[in-house]
Amino acid sequence: MARGVGSYIIIRGLMIIPTILILYTIVFIFLRILPGDPILAVVGTKNIPPEQLAHLRAMAGLDKPLYVQYFDYLFRMIRGDFGVTLAFPQGKPVWEYLKLRFPATLELTIFSFTVSVLLGLITGVIAAKNKGTKIDTSMRIYSIVAYTLFIPWFGMMLQYLFGVHFHLLPTSGRIDPGIDLQRITGLYVLDSILTGNWEAFTSAIRHLVLPSITLGMVLSGAYTRLVRNNMVDVLSQDFIRSYHARGVKHWKVTLYALKNAFIPVITLMGLQFAILLGGAVLTETTFSWPGMGTFIVDRIDYRDYNAIQGAVVFFAFFVGLISLVVDVIYALLDPRVKY
Amino acid sequence: MKTIIDVKNLSIYYYTLAGIVRAVENVSFSIGEKEWVSFVGESGSGKSTVAYAILNLVPSPGKIVNGKVVFNGKNLLELDEEEMRQIRGKEISMVFQDPMTSLDPLRKVGDQIAEVLIEHGAEKEEAFERAKELLRMVNLPEDRINYYPHQLSGGQRQRVAIAMAMAFHPKLLIADEPTTALDVIVQDSIMDLIATLKSKGTSIFFVTHDISLAAERSDKIAVMYAGKLVEFGKVEQILDNPLHPYTKALLESVPDVWSERKVSAIPGYPPDLRNPPKGCRFHPRCTIFKIKKELHGICNELETELIEVEKDHFVACHLYRRR
Repeated sequence: MARGVGSYIIIRGLMIIPTILILYTIVFIFLRILPGDPILAVVGTKNIPPEQLAHLRAMAGLDKPLYVQYFDYLFRMIRGDFGVTLAFPQGKPVWEYLKLRFPATLELTIFSFTVSVLLGLITGVIAAKNKGTKIDTSMRIYSIVAYTLFIPWFGMMLQYLFGVHFHLLPTSGRIDPGIDLQRITGLYVLDSILTGNWEAFTSAIRHLVLPSITLGMVLSGAYTRLVRNNMVDVLSQDFIRSYHARGVKHWKVTLYALKNAFIPVITLMGLQFAILLGGAVLTETTFSWPGMGTFIVDRIDYRDYNAIQGAVVFFAFFVGLISLVVDVIYALLDPRVKY
Repeated sequence: MKTIIDVKNLSIYYYTLAGIVRAVENVSFSIGEKEWVSFVGESGSGKSTVAYAILNLVPSPGKIVNGKVVFNGKNLLELDEEEMRQIRGKEISMVFQDPMTSLDPLRKVGDQIAEVLIEHGAEKEEAFERAKELLRMVNLPEDRINYYPHQLSGGQRQRVAIAMAMAFHPKLLIADEPTTALDVIVQDSIMDLIATLKSKGTSIFFVTHDISLAAERSDKIAVMYAGKLVEFGKVEQILDNPLHPYTKALLESVPDVWSERKVSAIPGYPPDLRNPPKGCRFHPRCTIFKIKKELHGICNELETELIEVEKDHFVACHLYRRR
């Protein structure tokens, strides 16, 4: 069985490669279709001599045929080099930005993810336990409303309510400006725990509340539905009744039911993580969160090919890794899965 | 004979959105020590619902609206949840119809067997030792404790279910169509296991829709129709001298390869239990009622009740009323 899990992980891991390749190709094509290029974005006006423009383009490697550009960057990435930024500022390694921005997004992602799973589980189980009642209906309405919420609008409503109106929580950034926090992992909550800096800890948590709830609530809708339906399904199954008939304690039976209902939810978790990228862009923009999302949006303005390609591929690699982990957990939890 | 369980005037209704389904109405019977009683009847006749009621596990939206289930001198329907839990799996155990779905797919067979013992007070180690022993008793190798349910066949899973039911030498085993989902050969071995349990002193409440299967091993047969107990008696009494028109029709509907007799179906359908027929619930399909005009105004008006026609032989039919 151990050999089985090992080869399963390897094969499943290899599947990340084509995914990334396809994504890179799509991003590459879209960036070249977009009007303008990084050099024009830097120069800002077309009133400069064409030969000078050509010279600048050649310096950035943009004069080469597209397929050469495509493979150049691909081979760079394979070596772990994401190239340099092409505009504002020019020539700074993209990796430097990713190192800085990625932990911010990861932190937001982890917290939003937790919020969404918790909200989804609680609402789903409540709905299932009260199947067919008004409580069930209201949980269903919650799931639809949450799922269709527009992140910037919902974010701004929370900002207005808790930031402007009640002055309870900060509405932008990751931490209060005056706080000095030693950077270890880049995850502020973790860093502040590691260094015992409790002032930074509370500040980081307070900054996380609104963006995590915004993103987490939107993603929770899908869980509510899935958990409810699975739980209703599992609770009606014979083995639940036979647990009761064998005199197993009530709370234990609920736990076993939850475990069974949770299996399909794990699959959804893997998928939801990918959606987090899109959600993170909107959430980060709304809350001025200095993460990958705002980084990509900034860079699109400058048509910074290298930075965008690098950021997207890096994020895709990470999402692929997470979904690999999710699949492995699934396989370990459900004895019926064959690998 | 000592009575193990005594059910009196049991009525169970399902409160559905479409109306109140009178699934079980005024059912009374008792099962003696070491006695095997088979409940037969078509789907929806209420036999499984009665089985669940004994453990007070009638599935929602069902409710026990009236009646008593007396076991060891106590009315089980009045016990609190914890007292009832102590009885379930220990003094009264149950085997379900579909072995494919009656075990938790995510947990090892051994863990599930041992849990029954642990929940009723056993130590962990002795519980696993006993789990192995129980598997041997149902003719499965000990190493099956490390198997997941999906690695076993249907028959093997039903053996596991019976092993769990045997954990504490229960006074009563409720078997809800335990062989319906299995093929005939496996069916027989499961019936043997239940018989072994009986020989060790357990009474059997056996639910089936197969009257010939019931006839093979039972001491008594109870015939249910549309939520009512229509006939109850010893196997010989029911088979050789069926009294109720429904029992007679049921016996005629069983194919017999050795005889020239034609198999006959019972005309019509069982009634809608949201709005059961007045009087005897079987009268719309009863051939005797159709022929005998003098029964009109009786069978379709008056409620039936169980009458003891001969010793231990009860029937709920107006034909046998004491005039």
